[in-house]
Amino acid sequence: MRSRSDDGTNLAHTAEATTTRPTTPVGDVPREAGRSDAWGSMAFEDRMATVDFRVAEKAHIEVDSEVCRSCTTRSCVGACPAALFVPTADGGILFNYEECFECGTCYMICNNEGAITWSYPEGGHGVVYKKS
Amino acid sequence: MTERFDAVVVGAGPAGSAAALVLAQGGASVCLLERGPFPGSKNMYGGVIYGRILDGLIPQWWDEAPVQRWVTRRCTTMLTAGQALTIDYRTSAWGSPPYNGATAFRPDFDAWLAGKAEAAGAVLVCSTTATGLLRNEAGAIVGVRTDRPDGDIEARTVIACDGVNSFLAKEAGLYHHAEADHFTLGVKEVLALPRRDIEERFGLRGLEGADFEIVGCTGDVPGGGFIYTNLDSIAVGLVLSLPGLAASKRRPEDILAEMKTHPAIAPLVEGAELKEYSAHLIPEGGYDMMPELGQDNLLIAGDAAAMCLAAGIWLEGVNFAIGSGAAAGEAVVEALTRGGVVAQPLEGYRRRLENSFVLADHKKLRRAPGLVLSDRVQSRYPQLACNLAERMFTVDNPSPKKGMVALGRQEIKRSGVRLRDLARDAWTGLRTFG
Ligand SMILES: Cc1cc2nc3c(=O)[nH]c(=O)nc-3n(C[C@H](O)[C@H](O)[C@H](O)COP(=O)(O)OP(=O)(O)OC[C@H]3O[C@@H](n4cnc5c(N)ncnc54)[C@H](O)[C@@H]3O)c2cc1C
Ligand code: SF4
Ligand code: SF4
Repeated sequence: MRSRSDDGTNLAHTAEATTTRPTTPVGDVPREAGRSDAWGSMAFEDRMATVDFRVAEKAHIEVDSEVCRSCTTRSCVGACPAALFVPTADGGILFNYEECFECGTCYMICNNEGAITWSYPEGGHGVVYKKS
Repeated sequence: MTERFDAVVVGAGPAGSAAALVLAQGGASVCLLERGPFPGSKNMYGGVIYGRILDGLIPQWWDEAPVQRWVTRRCTTMLTAGQALTIDYRTSAWGSPPYNGATAFRPDFDAWLAGKAEAAGAVLVCSTTATGLLRNEAGAIVGVRTDRPDGDIEARTVIACDGVNSFLAKEAGLYHHAEADHFTLGVKEVLALPRRDIEERFGLRGLEGADFEIVGCTGDVPGGGFIYTNLDSIAVGLVLSLPGLAASKRRPEDILAEMKTHPAIAPLVEGAELKEYSAHLIPEGGYDMMPELGQDNLLIAGDAAAMCLAAGIWLEGVNFAIGSGAAAGEAVVEALTRGGVVAQPLEGYRRRLENSFVLADHKKLRRAPGLVLSDRVQSRYPQLACNLAERMFTVDNPSPKKGMVALGRQEIKRSGVRLRDLARDAWTGLRTFG
């Protein structure tokens, strides 16, 4: 679930749901969205749709795709729990900050100086857990 | 803000709220700063809070704390591809006051604890991120900067309870071991299950709860798994070593999905509906990797000081956060009543931690992180234990039963574990856990 808002107060019930990933259900998530089959697998978009993100205007993490071009490990791609690092055809990295858990995994495992500029989102924004 | 506080506490997690509560109770003026829209909104954990540390802070806390279930069953499970061996402990003693462990949602629990600090007089400011330390011309720390317009908050003391990534502790130069090796990533699914199903699947009644710690479920990535029961949901998750995850070709949610299909786990979790997915880091380095505890007007507590105890069968951070946060609060109150400006709280803080479980437990378990994440504990010992159990309980008549010693010898040989390593790990284990 992703909501967008400009002020840091009382975001809970206001913001409209928007989406950039085409496969993410918009607005009301269908009831089946979170249901796992007997084998426990589910579409990644459905998994992320269970999380409330109050997206800030400004990106809190920036990735310098130029620096990534020389990276041999690309550890961020598989390790980011939100799968926000997407390799591009030209050897760079496409990064979208919106559905970020703010965990810190990416900057910890990246060993290319300057690739990731990491900070917390503006107060009141970003991930909001309810049942964690 | 122009007001100058006795203390500003950054982060309304358990460490920060405990610090603010003690400060307010001690008559100090305190600002409790939280970047989330409400306390707990950024915080994720496995699921069990060991509440006895609250006895002295909030009498009869168990009557009002937002608890899901009281843990009365604690299981340690070793998995291999097709086997499982569980040590299953239950006691009704943990089902009544003062209890032992409670499952709870952190957004509920942290908000409740912050509310206690507020009720005692702390000023809680949410939706505000501390962006750095505020220093005077002489370079002394005199508060924090925030991302609000005119957002400097002045205070005699800063207590950084800003969690595992603590940028304040790093800015102050307190960290010497912030490498990925000393951290693990936790991912967790909260899955809805009807109350009756939870009681049936986990053998529980009323508000009884179960706690499973699992080893051998993370494939080529060192780590472990967990399952905790809430009232009408279960928490199922993994803890994964960062370097291991970085080197692996597998994604966290795939490793988790695989654990959920294990024949010993699937019947517990099958058909449950995902309500919320979450991720968070854990500082796992233990005593030897802890940062300095503070400097001059700055103290650090909880995960910000890497005080989470992550030692295999134990995963306790909330109680260590509350214990260290409260100690920081007491030390500042002591420094203030000693004439404020002159006294530094750092010595009093260190003394309190050394005299409490916070540093005592960590010192005792300082060797645990290396042992727990070793390849032997991660895969060879679970395999050995499961094979041994299988041989013991397999009836392959007409062959007669083999003696335990002979079985043990055969299985140790088959497992490829060298006796030398086994002996050394047993010794380390005894010294660590004994
Ligand atoms: C997967 C997992 C499983 C766990 N299981 C358990 C368990 O079962 N039992 C247990 O006891 N412990 C467990 N832990 C550990 C426990 O969650 C932590 O040790 C505990 O939360 C530490 O408390 P804290 O107050 O130090 O930090 P946190 O709880 O992380 O709180 C830090 C607070 O500071 C705020 N903050 C951070 N930076 C800023 C800033 N710049 N400005 C303003 N606010 C800021 C954050 O929003 C947050 O509210 C687990 C952890 C994980 C990740
Ligand atoms: S962010 Fe770091 S790890 Fe990821 S591709 Fe770029 S340089 Fe490599
Ligand atoms: S902080 Fe965590 S969730 Fe966000 S981009 Fe980095 S690894 Fe992914």
